Amino acid sequence: MENIAGSKSALSWIVQLSALALVLLWLFPTVGLLVSSFRTSDQIASSGWWQSLFPTEQNLTLRTADPDDEGVQQLIDGVYTVSGNLFVVEGDADSAAESEATISIWGTSSRDIAAYQPGETADLGDGEQITVEVNGDYVWTSPTELSGRGQRAFVTATTPPEFTTENYETVLISGNTTDSMAKAFFNTLTVTIPATIIPIVIAAFAAYALAWMDFPGRALLIACVVGLLVVPLQLALIPLLRLHLEIGIGKGYLGTWMAHTGFGLPLAIYLLRNYMVGLPRDIIENAKVDGATDFQIFTKIILPLSFPALASFAIFQFLWTWNDLLVAKVFLIDATGQTTVMTNQIVELLGTRGGNWEILATAAFVSISVPLVVFFAMQKYLVRGLLAGSVK
Amino acid sequence: MDAALLGLVTIVIGVGGCIAYFYLSNQFLDHVLFPAKGENAGRNINRANMVRPWLFLAPAMIALGLYLAYPVFATLWFSLTDRNQDGAFVGFANYRQMADDPKFWEAMRNNMLWLLIVPAASTAFGLLAAQLTDRIKWGSFAKSLIFMPMAISFVGAAVIFKLIYDTRPVDQAQIGVMNAVWLQFEGGVGSFLILRLLPGLLLISGAALALFIAYGQGVAIKEKGGAFLRSIGILLMVYFAYAFLRLAYGAFTNEFDYGVPQNWLTMPGWNSFLLMMVLIWIQTGFAMVILSAALRGIPEETVEAAIVDGANPFQVFFKIKMPQISGTIVVVWTTITLVVLKVFDIVFAMTNGQWGTQVLANYMYNQLFVALDWGVGSASAMMIMLLVSPILIWNVYNARKEMR
Repeated sequence: MENIAGSKSALSWIVQLSALALVLLWLFPTVGLLVSSFRTSDQIASSGWWQSLFPTEQNLTLRTADPDDEGVQQLIDGVYTVSGNLFVVEGDADSAAESEATISIWGTSSRDIAAYQPGETADLGDGEQITVEVNGDYVWTSPTELSGRGQRAFVTATTPPEFTTENYETVLISGNTTDSMAKAFFNTLTVTIPATIIPIVIAAFAAYALAWMDFPGRALLIACVVGLLVVPLQLALIPLLRLHLEIGIGKGYLGTWMAHTGFGLPLAIYLLRNYMVGLPRDIIENAKVDGATDFQIFTKIILPLSFPALASFAIFQFLWTWNDLLVAKVFLIDATGQTTVMTNQIVELLGTRGGNWEILATAAFVSISVPLVVFFAMQKYLVRGLLAGSVK
Repeated sequence: MDAALLGLVTIVIGVGGCIAYFYLSNQFLDHVLFPAKGENAGRNINRANMVRPWLFLAPAMIALGLYLAYPVFATLWFSLTDRNQDGAFVGFANYRQMADDPKFWEAMRNNMLWLLIVPAASTAFGLLAAQLTDRIKWGSFAKSLIFMPMAISFVGAAVIFKLIYDTRPVDQAQIGVMNAVWLQFEGGVGSFLILRLLPGLLLISGAALALFIAYGQGVAIKEKGGAFLRSIGILLMVYFAYAFLRLAYGAFTNEFDYGVPQNWLTMPGWNSFLLMMVLIWIQTGFAMVILSAALRGIPEETVEAAIVDGANPFQVFFKIKMPQISGTIVVVWTTITLVVLKVFDIVFAMTNGQWGTQVLANYMYNQLFVALDWGVGSASAMMIMLLVSPILIWNVYNARKEMR
């Protein structure tokens, strides 16, 4: 028996590790986007996001201040001296304090970039000397007046991980009109909420009729709903666009809400009917005996009891309308582009700013963050709906 | 803010209007049209109850009819007419024009590949994930993480994977994972093992599996008959085996550009697979959730009996569990097939059908809104409908069987 138990625990370890590998593999792409959205464009361009979680070692070519500039060169004890910090970006005195890079080794020639330890002094000839410290502070001295451009230093520097929320400010608040997602965010919200609520109301009544009312043709109608469940919405694009243009709705929110309602209804009716049929018959019959009308039974008994099914459809429809691109492109977005939604905005950014990953990643993450919150908060209902919708 | 206000008003009008409609129409029915009092009370109640279902159904039926049923016929009609000739009937001219377009055949070919690979891979990964997470303590946590991509839009996923496939010039640091990993290979022993031997062996075992299934079907013809369908299956499997063996041969003999960053999305042949990866990544969670519930539903006794009889874990899985969840696997497969047939956003956002990655839905969009050819666009929409209809008929058939 012992070896059986042993082999079982080995297998359990293999299972645990494989599950972990699978989870990490599935998480990896999304984490990449999230991490990238917190990096500056320079950081994104200079190293992969997976390196940003650890201190990075980079070879940099830096330059001291220009000795010809006013007030840079000082005569101290008969020696011309230029001092400062290599990491100072011109015109921004605070940048050195912000950068927490440390120099591990440096040199003064591109052929030998590892000639000196930090703190050592390099001889540049003609009595010129330069000393570079760990934090990038330097002292450059010469017996004669210094001229020409600043002295180059080739340093190997280790930068700690550094993240910024700047991208989110650009994308959400202060960006120019093509980058700004704020407007698209509200447009998406405007599309989504009515397009989620209206089909629920319509479908709930229809589902009740199909589940608990007797009338000729009921089976046929249910079959129709099941059939319409799989009709690709691609077929609806031209006829409906034409219809909308003819009756004067044109391109706009109203048409989009109606289209989403129509496309969401089969699933809504199907899910809700399947759920309502399973409710106990006694309750409904008792209510009827007590003199309740169908309308009362529906609003006072069926609707409250069907909450789980209503919630699962609401999540489906919310995710679907929030993430939709095709319906918005066809029925909503007109030539002015005032009503653009987030998915469309991102596709446009992919075209115009394909290389600006900081903007792209942030915009994409803004758009997927709301569905992710809904997903994690209401996962239970989503799973329940999936199971009711596809397993028979 | 204007739109937000409009939205709010619409919610109030839409929802309020729906509720008012249902309430008022019922009141009208019960108190005005067929009041349940007076001399005809009994007859009126019966009549009211005959009309009421239609009151409940009317908005849904109108919406379904207008937004889904009518467009099917309208699209069929558009595909047979020419918009430039004032909608004159032109027979199959649009279909003929479409059949002459090489892009259409490229889209069809790619769609067939998508239809084979995405449902198969998603179901396989989903089954693997469901089985792995079934008995472990943090299983539900693991499941919700694998399930998460379901909430991410196709466009968001396209951005995520574009970052993975990103390419930089040789002298710059690679920021896409694919190229960063690719540059680790230099053509040594490790490269041989991972890039040649591993895929080669996988493909050869795929070919062996296909031949094994073909053999099984051959035996089944002798024992159970059904020669026609089964011989089609055998031919298909032999073809798969041949295709796998050719790919395996390629895996051993291809020349690789070691040390050079690759433009993954413009590599003909491979780029379609990279786009499919996006959908597989999204759909695996769906397959996992459904299959995991089905695995839970398997009666414990059957598994225990098999273990007592000395079955090993693999036998338990393939011989006891798989046959019991085969119905669910079919459902998952068809559901993902439907998603694949409609896939538009991923291709549109990542390549827009360039470099040999066209699919039907994107081809249709291009015909409709770029080339502005409604006839050919409708014809290609009908092709999607045609591909969907077997599933439609199967679903309706099953639903009717269940109702009885």
